[in-house]
Amino acid sequence: MNFDVERERARFPALHQQVWNKPLTWLDSAATTQKPDVVIDAEAAFYREDNANVHRGVHALSARATQKFEAGRDKIAKFLGAAESREIVLLRGTTEAVNLVANTWGTANVKAGDEIAISGMEHHSNIVPWQMLCQRTGATLRVLPYDDRGVLDLDAARTIIGPKTKLVGCVHVSNALGTVNPVRDLAALAHAQGAVMLVDGAQATAHVPVDVVGMDIDFYAMSGHKVYAPTGIGALYGKAKLLEAMPPWQGGGDMIRSVTFEKTLYAAIPAKFEAGTPNVAGVIALGVALDYLGSLDREAMYAHEDDVLAYGTERLLEIPGLRMVGTAPQKVGVLSFVIDGVHPHDLGTILDRHGIAIRTGHHCAQPVMAHFKIPATARASLGLYNTRADIDRLIDGLLAAIKVLR
Amino acid sequence: MSEELDDLYQQVIMDHSKSPRNFGKIEGFTHHAEGYNPLCGDHFGVDLILKDGVVVDVKFNGAGCAISTSSASLMTEAVRGRPTAEAEALFERMHALVTDRPDPGGPDLGKLEAFAGVRNFPMRVKCATLAWHAFHAALNGAAEPVSTE
Repeated sequence: MNFDVERERARFPALHQQVWNKPLTWLDSAATTQKPDVVIDAEAAFYREDNANVHRGVHALSARATQKFEAGRDKIAKFLGAAESREIVLLRGTTEAVNLVANTWGTANVKAGDEIAISGMEHHSNIVPWQMLCQRTGATLRVLPYDDRGVLDLDAARTIIGPKTKLVGCVHVSNALGTVNPVRDLAALAHAQGAVMLVDGAQATAHVPVDVVGMDIDFYAMSGHKVYAPTGIGALYGKAKLLEAMPPWQGGGDMIRSVTFEKTLYAAIPAKFEAGTPNVAGVIALGVALDYLGSLDREAMYAHEDDVLAYGTERLLEIPGLRMVGTAPQKVGVLSFVIDGVHPHDLGTILDRHGIAIRTGHHCAQPVMAHFKIPATARASLGLYNTRADIDRLIDGLLAAIKVLR
Repeated sequence: MSEELDDLYQQVIMDHSKSPRNFGKIEGFTHHAEGYNPLCGDHFGVDLILKDGVVVDVKFNGAGCAISTSSASLMTEAVRGRPTAEAEALFERMHALVTDRPDPGGPDLGKLEAFAGVRNFPMRVKCATLAWHAFHAALNGAAEPVSTE
């Protein structure tokens, strides 16, 4: 097998449009990926043919919807390398997954004097829930430092992760820098101290293999829309033993075994954490997105993405006054940069009029901006469908923008 | 380059963005406020000296994009020496200009007309009004930084 980028590009309808009379150049996949036709079709097909609530009625459509929904869960479990499907809790996305752990596992296990250690390059979604937990419990938030390339300092982590540490949280791939973090090593450090390891996988699933069992991760959070599936659906992987011991979070239908006004018995995992009618179509479409990725030669796809990333880095550095932000040797998917005398926001506006979509701003990682003493970066981010030609258009657009702005 | 872009990044805007006027702090200001756009990280402080209801001095500091910086710079020129009510009326007029709403009338916009092009870029309205929001907050004694969100 190999990876034919033009053939795959053709399967993403939204890529084939004009923006401001220019062909769209989508370099914002770290914000959200475009969707292949099979995913869009799966979402529509569910509502056309199978729409019913799950785990409820005895009728044909409900049975069909339930079967497809649970098949979606199985596909997510397999994709993440989980041992069992019941270790997959279906949620809105990474943010909700982290919040679930902070509110259930956190409330049950963290008390005053304990410590939560997170990396300095976390997205706000893996910072704020822990700050909130620390405020509630009197625990302390510790930060694992990284160097000016964006490489986590494992020696420092060894001294910070200690007997007081209850949980270590780290982003698998940094959305602002592209760094691939050594989450397996961090998990070993956490476990040596009796702490659990939570990984924010939002940015990783599209770009690197995930194997929660092999990496010995306790909690892994992911979002469908970052991996070619719809928005509003994601998952939390949790080791069964941990999930079983955790109190429920939201109360409602589907998460109970029996309810009386005196006492409610909760359902087994994962239903215990899935109150209310879920995003059935989203789960099914996410399963289809993972099937789609599974149909590709992943190694060849990763190699293609690496090539575009390397080419992008090389071409960007040709631009006078440009500085890359995030230069870790282990890096995927993200080209973050600043240009002397040019504010990222202005770049974004001018590139847009050239049909080029990039993200500008702090990328919901303000502490990362503070580390590099910059208010914002421009970020071009890659999906499997990007090519060297996209990079060439970006460079032309940047040169045109600089002409206006400098 | 599109005409709309030329309109947005016209000479007066680029001039004030590259060489902002009245940039800095005022020792002994009588009024001060900060404006912050949490979406892009732009952040400005505005210092004022008000005397008998007139803006006798105004400076701004901080960092932002070309649109927000030039808007802050041109604002300081536009409000200096004006009675506060007139300065506020100018903000109303400026706001209508960039959001493409009917002109409420009032003091002559002068160089602020340069921001007419912003109306074609709804995502940039907050950039063009950030310093004005801070100015408004300073006049009205806001204790917390004002946010565009």
